[in-house]
Amino acid sequence: MSRLIDVENLTLQFDTDEGRITAVDDVSFSLDAGKIMGLVGESGSGKSVTAKSLMKLNPRNAVYGENTKITLHLDDGPVDVMSLQNDHEMKVVRGGSISLIFQEPMASFAPAISIGDQMIEQLLIHTSFSKSQAKEVSIEMLDRVGISDPSMRFSQYAFELSGGMRQRAMIAMALSTKPKLLIADEPTTALDVTIQAQVIDLMKDLVTEFGMGIIFITHDLGVIAQTADNVAVMYLGRLVEQGTVRDVIRSPAHPYTRGLLAALPTLDDIDAPLTPIPGDIPSPLERPSGCVYNTRCQEFIGPRCSAKVPVFSQIDAGHAAACHLYDRAGDAE
Amino acid sequence: MSRKPLIAAQNLSVHYRLRGGLIGPIPFVRAVENVSLEIAPGSFFGLVGESGSGKTTLGRAMLRAAPISQGDVLFDDGEVAYSLKNLGKKELKDYRKRAQLIFQDPYAALSPRMTVRDIIAEPLEVMGLTKSRAETDERVREIAVKCRLNVEHLRRFPHAFSGGQRQRISIARALVSGPKFIVADESVAALDVSIQADVLNLLKAIQEDMGLTFLFISHDLSVVAHVCDHVAVMYLGRLVETAPTRTLFSGPRHPYTKALLSAIPSLDPDDRGKAQKLEGEIPTPTNPPPGCKFQTRCPVAIERCRIEEPVLESAGTEHNVACHRWKELFS
Ligand SMILES: Nc1ncnc2c1ncn2[C@@H]1O[C@H](COP(=O)(O)OP(=O)(O)OP(=O)(O)O)[C@@H](O)[C@H]1O
Ligand SMILES: Nc1ncnc2c1ncn2[C@@H]1O[C@H](COP(=O)(O)OP(=O)(O)OP(=O)(O)O)[C@@H](O)[C@H]1O
Ligand code: SF4
Ligand SMILES: [Mg+2]
Ligand SMILES: [Mg+2]
Repeated sequence: MSRLIDVENLTLQFDTDEGRITAVDDVSFSLDAGKIMGLVGESGSGKSVTAKSLMKLNPRNAVYGENTKITLHLDDGPVDVMSLQNDHEMKVVRGGSISLIFQEPMASFAPAISIGDQMIEQLLIHTSFSKSQAKEVSIEMLDRVGISDPSMRFSQYAFELSGGMRQRAMIAMALSTKPKLLIADEPTTALDVTIQAQVIDLMKDLVTEFGMGIIFITHDLGVIAQTADNVAVMYLGRLVEQGTVRDVIRSPAHPYTRGLLAALPTLDDIDAPLTPIPGDIPSPLERPSGCVYNTRCQEFIGPRCSAKVPVFSQIDAGHAAACHLYDRAGDAE
Repeated sequence: MSRKPLIAAQNLSVHYRLRGGLIGPIPFVRAVENVSLEIAPGSFFGLVGESGSGKTTLGRAMLRAAPISQGDVLFDDGEVAYSLKNLGKKELKDYRKRAQLIFQDPYAALSPRMTVRDIIAEPLEVMGLTKSRAETDERVREIAVKCRLNVEHLRRFPHAFSGGQRQRISIARALVSGPKFIVADESVAALDVSIQADVLNLLKAIQEDMGLTFLFISHDLSVVAHVCDHVAVMYLGRLVETAPTRTLFSGPRHPYTKALLSAIPSLDPDDRGKAQKLEGEIPTPTNPPPGCKFQTRCPVAIERCRIEEPVLESAGTEHNVACHRWKELFS
C-alpha cells in the first residue's frame, strides 16, 4: 500500500482579538492510498482546521508552527505542502490532487451559477480538458454518484436540489478532478439516516474504484464504525488516540474516547444510561496545562496529568493513546 | 390507551397554501394529513421521520401554532379541557401557559441583548403571570436551579455560555410558566454527544420531577429509543406506525420503520454492508404519489399499494401500523 500523505507535528494558532489561540497542537498522522481515516472529536476540537491545513486553506490570521511538515506523495514525487507559497505553487494541491467537501453544503456552490457551470469551471482550471470534455465528465460524475437524470440536474441551481442531492452533487464535483486525497468534512451530518447510508456506500465504492484516500471528519462514531479503516480522536486541538476502527471502538484506550462512547445512545441496549463527560470543553483561550483532557478526566491519576503533556504510548500494534495511564517512562520518573 | 390522554390529535390535517400560478387550482402542501394520536399524561412521546415528513408542523399544530385545516386537537389536563380548533382569545392565552415549545437551535433562539434572567422571565412578563419583580425573580431562580443553571450566571448574556448551557436556558424559559405539555423539537440535534447526554438526562429528570408530558421530535432514532416511552413514525404527513418504544424497536411492522432502523449506522465495524438500504428520497408533499405514500421507495410494494392508501390499524397492544402487507409479512 503506498503512502499518500504524512502530517508531522502540525501546529496551528490563530491571532484573534482576544489573543493568540492554539487550534491544533502537534498533530501527526499518515494515510495510505485506498484507505479511509476517520477524524472524530467534539465541536471545536480542531477537525476542520486540521483538514484545511492539508491544503493550506486557513485564513490569514493562521500561524503554522515551525516544525509543521506535511508531505503529499504524488506520482511525480513528494510535495512539501508547507513550502508552497503563492497561488501558482498551490495549484498542485488545491483542486487537483486534494479535494475538500465542505461542512456546509450550500457554501460549496455559488447560488447564481448552475451546478454544471461550476463543475465545468473547476475542471477547466485544474485539468487540460476542453469545455465539451469537461461537460461530459461532469455529467458522468453526477451519474456515478447516483443522481438520476444527470443532464437535467446539470443545469439546475444548488437551491433547487434536496439536501441529499446537493451533497451528492458536491461529492461529484469534488471527485471530477480524480483527486488522490478526498477530505470530507461532516459530509453526512445534515442528512437523514437513509440518505446518509446512501452517501456512505458511495464513498466506499469510490475508494475501491479510484483507490483514493479519504479523510472522513465526523462527530458520529457510528458513521466511523461503518466507514473508516483507521480512526484518530481529537480533543482540544490534540490527537489523543489512534488505531484501527475495531481497536478504537471496541477497546478504547484513552479516557476521552471511553467518555465519548459512554455518552452515545445505541440501539444495542436502549436501557443503558447515557453518561455525559462531566464539565464543559475548556475555551481554547484557557487550554489546560499537562494533558488537555485532565480537567474532565474520570481516570485522572495525579499531578502528572496536569503537569506533563502525555506522549503517544503504544497499546497494541497500530493502536496508540496519549495518556499517562500507559506512560511507562512516566512511572519511572 | 388506559389513561385519558393529556392531548390527542383527531384526524388532524394541516395544509399550507402556496403562492401558485394564475391559472388552475392553488397548489397546497399537505404537511400533516389525517393524523390521529393520543399522548397520555406523563408520557415522553417520540416523533420520528425524515426531513419534510411533517414532524414540526404536527408539533406546532398541537401548540396551536400551525393552522388546523381539518380535524382537531383535544387537550385535557384535569383543570381545563380545550378543543384547539375552537379556542377563544382568552382560552388561547391560557393554553400558551400550559403548552410550550423548546426550540431546536439554542443559538438562534436566545436574544443576545437580554440577560439570562430576562430571557427566562420574559414568558412570565408577557403572560402577566407574576405580580411583582420579586415574585418573577423567585420563579426564575427556582426554575434555573431545576435546570442546573448557576444562579450566579443569571445576570450574564447568553453568548458567554456553551451550547449545553444555552440549551438549558431555553429549557428553563419553556418551563417557567408551569406548562403541562412540552414540545421539544430537535432539542439536542445541534449538540455534541456528551452535552446531548447531559441535556437528555436533564429533560428526563425534569419530566419526572414536574410530571410533564413531552412530545419529543427527533430524527435520531437512537436518542428516541433511549428517552421515549412511545414512538410515532411519520412519512409524508401521515403516521405510518405508532407503538411503545420497546415494541417498535424490537418488532417494527412498517417497511419504512424497518428501513429507518436499518439505516442507523451500527457501532459494530463488523456490521458493514448489513444494512437494508432504502433507495431514493421522500417525495415532495405538493405532489404525493397515489396509494400508499411510501410505495415509491417500498421494497415490498404490490399493485394494491399503488392504488389504495392504507389506514392505521391495530397490530397489537398500543401498536398501530398503516401498511397493506404487514400481516402477511410478519405472521
Ligand atoms: N479563522 C479562525 N480564527 C480564529 N479561530 C478560529 C478560526 N477558525 C477556527 N478557529 C478556532 O479553532 C478551533 C477549532 O475549530 P474547528 O472549526 O477546526 O473545530 P471542529 O473540530 O471542526 O468543530 P465542529 O465539529 O464544530 O466543526 C475552535 O476553537 C475555533 O473557534
Ligand atoms: N409555513 C409553511 N408554508 C408552506 N409549507 C410549509 C410550511 N411549513 C412547513 N411546510 C412544508 O410542510 C412539510 C413538512 O414540514 P415540517 O417542517 O413539518 O417537516 P419536518 O418533519 O419537521 O422536517 P425537518 O426534519 O426537516 O425539520 C414540508 O414539505 C415543508 O416544506
Ligand atoms: S402499503 Fe405497500 S407500499 Fe406501503 S409500506 Fe406497505 S407494502 Fe409498502
Ligand atoms: Mg468542523
Ligand atoms: Mg422540523
